[in-house]
Amino acid sequence: MKEHLRQSMAWLHTWVGLVAGWVLFFVFVTGTAGYFQYEITRWMQPERAMEPDRPGEGAATVHMLELALQRLEQMAPVAASWRITLPHEAMAPREWRGLEIRWEEMPLPGHEWGASGSEKLDPVSGALLLAGPEPRETAGGRGLYRMHYALHYMSYDWAISIVGIATMLMLLAIVSGVITHKKIFKDFFTFRPGKGQRSWLDAHNAVSVMALPFFLMITYSGLVFFLFTYMPAGRDMLYGTGPAEQTAYYDALFERGEHKHEPIGRPAVPLVPLLAQAEAEWGAGKVASVTIERHEGEPPEILISRIPGGSLDFWNPAMLRFHAETGELLEPEPRPGGSAAKTQRVIFNLHEGLFADIWGRWLYFIAGLLGCAMIGTGLVLWSVKRRRHHLGSGREGAEHFGVRLVEALNVATIAGLPLAVATYFWANRLLPVDIADRAAWEFHCLFAVWLGSLFYAQARPLARAWVELLWGACAAYALVPVINALTTGRHLGQTLPAGDWVLAGFDLTMWALAAMFACTAIKVRRRLAPAGQAVRAAAGAMPKKGVA
Amino acid sequence: MKKESTLTPAYRWSVASRVAAAALGGYALTSAATVLLSLLWPAPRAQAVLWATMISFTVYTVAVIWAVHARSAGRAWAGMVAGTVLLSGIAWLLWLVEQGGGA
Repeated sequence: MKEHLRQSMAWLHTWVGLVAGWVLFFVFVTGTAGYFQYEITRWMQPERAMEPDRPGEGAATVHMLELALQRLEQMAPVAASWRITLPHEAMAPREWRGLEIRWEEMPLPGHEWGASGSEKLDPVSGALLLAGPEPRETAGGRGLYRMHYALHYMSYDWAISIVGIATMLMLLAIVSGVITHKKIFKDFFTFRPGKGQRSWLDAHNAVSVMALPFFLMITYSGLVFFLFTYMPAGRDMLYGTGPAEQTAYYDALFERGEHKHEPIGRPAVPLVPLLAQAEAEWGAGKVASVTIERHEGEPPEILISRIPGGSLDFWNPAMLRFHAETGELLEPEPRPGGSAAKTQRVIFNLHEGLFADIWGRWLYFIAGLLGCAMIGTGLVLWSVKRRRHHLGSGREGAEHFGVRLVEALNVATIAGLPLAVATYFWANRLLPVDIADRAAWEFHCLFAVWLGSLFYAQARPLARAWVELLWGACAAYALVPVINALTTGRHLGQTLPAGDWVLAGFDLTMWALAAMFACTAIKVRRRLAPAGQAVRAAAGAMPKKGVA
Repeated sequence: MKKESTLTPAYRWSVASRVAAAALGGYALTSAATVLLSLLWPAPRAQAVLWATMISFTVYTVAVIWAVHARSAGRAWAGMVAGTVLLSGIAWLLWLVEQGGGA
């Protein structure tokens, strides 16, 4: 019985892994890059100042608040809400934010929301801050990140359905993979190098077990992002399927009533003592913004928000609420949605990792790379197992069509996709800066190279295609910092002395990836060379055994 | 699931049927379980639906694994259909009771 379970789970693991493998590899590559999406975007916009100045750092809060209130009174004397963002290091996107104001006018009759506006102010003079030089058009790190669930060249609905099915298959692959293993702990410490299929299996096991909690978390949380698209039954049966009914569901979940504001103006109490109270609670410089608004039938209120971070409920940072007429501290408003919505938010944040500091994100990045390695070794293992069978069957020259197809797709995906992603960075530097639809062309370059690598994999002998495309990926990454140095002033010669670790880190990471592909190419070459010789020998003479 | 030395058409059909039982039957069963769990979960209704739907992916995983593991494709189908009928039947009864209690 137990043996039967293990066998049936091995079957499930093999086939769901194969069906979903290529899509998942794409999702993992682009999603892993997404953990550094803001850093990638910054590299892809070399026009931005290398050491961005930090306007308002250390400026007097009293003065900035006064400037902001004056400007708000001028721009939106009758408003539904005012918000003042104080200078701070923001987490999403990760950059310095200066003094900013934002307002929402009272909605026109029959409208739910009013028109809104925002401005960046000079923290000393209060003058409008001019935007820096317009950076080149680029899809940036967000372009890579967004593809991990929205894919490309297809509608959003199709994309999240495809990714959702692949994710569900991945969840099945993980669970069945764990059940298949009798000795998951012992296998983790087993590595038999240079033993063909067994080495692939050991590598697959080691990588998979190493980051198993991450894989489970990232897969399950991926499903929870679009949960009602994938499993609408509960909502649709109990609330209905029409758009109005679905709005009713979310209104019930988030306890949203009629959105009605009363006009506000400059608060009667000074803001500074309230800010001092907030800083006493959270520490100096931890205040992100001050919001003034008034709900119908309630006193006007002042909301002081903390900089997000350090909490898994990332998008709901700590907040203090004050009566705007008396300055009295009010009870915090309960977050709507109860434990269910809170659990969902925590799941989202675990997936996105925005709360993590730089080392935490490196950990996410490495776990993501291990995910790519797990999927890659799994795909290779599928074909290595079957290929051996065919090698021994005396039909070495004529591989089964299915196996040949899987192998070509494996090369094109595992070696070709990273090569294509490197092209995305090349395109950013080499496409003319003023070309129309430049961001779209960056994607076209990526996909053109990816498609090209598929043709290449089809045209070349398999062992050659592996080694050559891996060396190609190595060269492509190794040259990114070189092309960067040839086309911009933001190269390592500048960024390292300046200590700009975002830009320097990007270039150095490119070389680290190049080194990784070089190692892989050498390993694969060693592995495939004797097999290739043996095939040739076998074609001429007696079949040999155990050549893979 | 056993490794057949020759892949007969009958074997292929039974695998296809089992895959369908796991994918489609399992989805139906999970949908029914989600509705039932939404009705039973001790929280305001909207939150209960969110909890049940978040948990549904676990239910689906278990259902698929059970269907793949079942002794035959026929048993896999029988399990999925029986589970779906049972769970939706209970959910329907609960719903009726709730409506009656409300009136």
